[in-house]
Amino acid sequence: MTTATDPAEALRPPGRARRLATPPPPVPRPRRRGAELLLLACAVGVIAYGYAAVGHATSGALPADLVTHLGGLAALALTAHLVVRLRAPCADPVLLPVALLLNGLGLVLIHRLDQGTPGDRAAPAQLLWSALGVVLFAAVLVVLRDHRDLRPRAGKYAFTALCLMAAPILFPAVNGARIWIRIGGLSLQPSEFAKVLLAIFFASYLAANRHALTFTRGPRIRRLLLPPWRVLGPIVAVWGISLALLILERDIGASLLFFSLFVAMLYVATGRAGWLAVGLLLAAAGAAAVGALEPHVHTRVADWLSPFRGIEEGQGPGQLAQSLFAFAAGGALGAGLGQGHSLLIGFAGKSDFILATAGEELGIAGLTALFLLYTIFVARGYRTAIALGEPFGALLAAGLAAIITLQVVVIAGGVLGLIPLTGMVTPFLAQGGSSVVTNWVIVALLVRLSDEARTPREASRPAADPAPRRDPARGTPADGSPAPGTPADGTP
Amino acid sequence: MIRNTRIAAGCSLLLFLALLLGAARVQVLKAPEYDANPANRRQALERYAQPRGDIYAAGRRLTGSTDTRQGLRYERSYPDGRRYAAVTGFASQLYGSTLLEDTEDGILAGTDPRLAPLPLWGDLTRGRRPGGQVHTTVVPAVQKAAFRGLRGRKGAVVALEPATGRVLALVSSPGYDPALLSGNSPATTLAWDRFLADPAQPLLNRAIRQTYPPGSTFKVITAVAALESGVVTDVDAPTRTPNPYRLIGSTTLLRNESSGCADAPLREAFAQSCNTVFAKLGATVGTARIVATAEAFGFNEGLEIPSPVLPSHVSTRMDPAQVALSAIGQYDTRATPLQMARVAATVAAGGRTMRPYLVERLADADGETVARTRPEAGEPVMSPGTAALLRQLMIDAVSDGTGGLAAIDGVTVGGKTGTAQHGVDNSERPYAWFISWAQRPGTAVPEVAVAVVVEDAEADRADISGGGSAAPIARGVMRAALR
Repeated sequence: MTTATDPAEALRPPGRARRLATPPPPVPRPRRRGAELLLLACAVGVIAYGYAAVGHATSGALPADLVTHLGGLAALALTAHLVVRLRAPCADPVLLPVALLLNGLGLVLIHRLDQGTPGDRAAPAQLLWSALGVVLFAAVLVVLRDHRDLRPRAGKYAFTALCLMAAPILFPAVNGARIWIRIGGLSLQPSEFAKVLLAIFFASYLAANRHALTFTRGPRIRRLLLPPWRVLGPIVAVWGISLALLILERDIGASLLFFSLFVAMLYVATGRAGWLAVGLLLAAAGAAAVGALEPHVHTRVADWLSPFRGIEEGQGPGQLAQSLFAFAAGGALGAGLGQGHSLLIGFAGKSDFILATAGEELGIAGLTALFLLYTIFVARGYRTAIALGEPFGALLAAGLAAIITLQVVVIAGGVLGLIPLTGMVTPFLAQGGSSVVTNWVIVALLVRLSDEARTPREASRPAADPAPRRDPARGTPADGSPAPGTPADGTP
Repeated sequence: MIRNTRIAAGCSLLLFLALLLGAARVQVLKAPEYDANPANRRQALERYAQPRGDIYAAGRRLTGSTDTRQGLRYERSYPDGRRYAAVTGFASQLYGSTLLEDTEDGILAGTDPRLAPLPLWGDLTRGRRPGGQVHTTVVPAVQKAAFRGLRGRKGAVVALEPATGRVLALVSSPGYDPALLSGNSPATTLAWDRFLADPAQPLLNRAIRQTYPPGSTFKVITAVAALESGVVTDVDAPTRTPNPYRLIGSTTLLRNESSGCADAPLREAFAQSCNTVFAKLGATVGTARIVATAEAFGFNEGLEIPSPVLPSHVSTRMDPAQVALSAIGQYDTRATPLQMARVAATVAAGGRTMRPYLVERLADADGETVARTRPEAGEPVMSPGTAALLRQLMIDAVSDGTGGLAAIDGVTVGGKTGTAQHGVDNSERPYAWFISWAQRPGTAVPEVAVAVVVEDAEADRADISGGGSAAPIARGVMRAALR
């Protein structure tokens, strides 16, 4: 502390000062709620502009309900903001505006596609679901005061997730996949809800057992050292059951998501690259097996390898070809909202192929902006994970960030022809009530986690993780109450 | 675990970067290929989503657009399609487009970068502007006279303004109504099939896309070559040509359809269209000179007005007998009606050949000019003296020669008839030709030059048929142009 008062030391650049043996006294951290409000206002403005642009392009006039829609949207944004201000005052100010902007742009795109399919309007339902999502967001923040409250019930969540995923088997298949359950007029996709529950379970389990998974010696397959079966068993079982269910239900996209999420969280928890290798091998084997056994998947791979097969065979362009045409038609700046022809994609244009509409009407500029929004959102998630000292929260934040990443990559890569196309909901953008509600829960959890990560703590809380914690990369002892700001500031 | 999280975050970032690269691949690198894929309906949808720009003649619209409220929304309409088909061509949703509809498609469809206020911005947004206007040089009255004159007979009429090269009329007959081909309905297919199956070939643009043996009209070129090379110095001196004339190196005897050709001077021979005299002149002048003169007039060279014109042909390697036949427009010499109109216009303009053009100016949707065609002169084909002599020869051919039916009271008219035989052993009906120009008294340059060709002329094989079938049509066109 003596050096801090030294005038010569005070003149040193901050980079040097950070390497002091003793951290400087915690400075009150700005809560940035005003920034959040400003960003929300910007997001509402962009969405309103998009809605007006669609109306102008399709009917030549501004939509009559622009003001009411704008008001409703602003009210929702304000509600969410107030809940955050009251219940998570230190939360990351970027998460909520990015989510709102993506959700709003998705509504604009769906509304735009509705103009071409007068008999099948999807935007009103999606709007209701989005509003429900925001309500749920608020509810989670109000009810869940500390994310660690989730931990004791992780086992129940896993069970619920499995039940949810098993439910569609009882319902008839839609388009070859048993993904949906229908209750009344409502059509739900339970695997969407399951992914958050499973992420909580994975985080809880891995947080409790990560040392065992990292260091304990178990069975050995040649040079590959596995953790003991006692540790490995339950988690592999959960993973295996979920995967089996999904393959039975022909929901390849979700299988891919769960598998990748599992591997990613396992890696974050243990830091063993061997898990990644094993995961990749398993994925390759699984993909090969499924590709060979499932004609459905086989077609998708063939489509990916030659998207214009249908044209050459005289059957006209397939969906992927139409999707590529739509992207190509966008060019640099796009055709403008409401002025593209992405309706040519036909089936699933509002869900799986929503990004093609974005690519055609907003161009590579707009698509880049969307990807950057996702990147910012995900980066904030990982940042929260790094800032949280506590492993369960960190794993959960990283897992939720990974869920968003994987969803975007799987569907965007699919519609762009980079990887075989698998059905997957583009987070926030695409049509799908279950998905948008779930994604708002993800936002709520991340906001809650970031609030805890950014809250200045005077007294250390009782350590949630009884195991001794030592971060191998930094060698700094983590005592459950790291100096606030230090890890977060270290993030690039 | 912080390090692991960072690595996971880094992997996520790499995945997003991969997506951006993937988007760039599809939207930038592959975009031209995908846009051009024939299975991509966007081109067609956008092309027909807005009314196409119109083609004008003297401020009058030759085209229009009909809103069908279908997927391919706007269809081309032609208020007076048959009359202007050789000018406009057709713009079909099924069969592409031709002539001006094709060559000026960028302006008409609104994609031409010249229409964008900021050209670079237009390239970036690849936006489509409202269709521009194409103003042609065609004069409706002249076009009407030409169309009426042919009365549906197979043939073509081209009228040029000698001083500039502007195309005043361009008619091919029998024509077709391009409106029948605009849409994409079964009726369109039916009309297309019918046009293709029709032996009269209505879709063929005979004015610029068909070459005919020019027959005696080629004698203008032979006369120019003879005068310019000095083979003939006095048009009234006897040419010492026997009748009949035996082609060099062959036993073929060439005869005349008219009398008084033995040893006739050039003036007489031109007026009476004496094959013997011009064959001998051609042989004397030689291949090189004949070909050079013909090429100076525009033979053996493609031309775009901007509708593509089929090159007229004269062989560059010929023996004396072949040159002699070429000199009277036979052997394998072939010319488009536009080419022969250009020959008449060049003589009328004093020996300078003006490049023919059909488009006066291009304008954007508001009528602001974005491009204008300027008259373009070629190398002088002949001296002004030769041109004056030739004009006199052509005047004589009308006043007391084969082209008498083209004469107009109070106007100086010069012309040359032609009849080209064709078919095996000349079994088919001949083509009747007439090329001419007309000048009002007191003007420096004739206002109009015309070429008329009528296939299957209902005349005997006499040279007079060019004068009989084609000259009255030329007369009507010239009268309309002078009015």
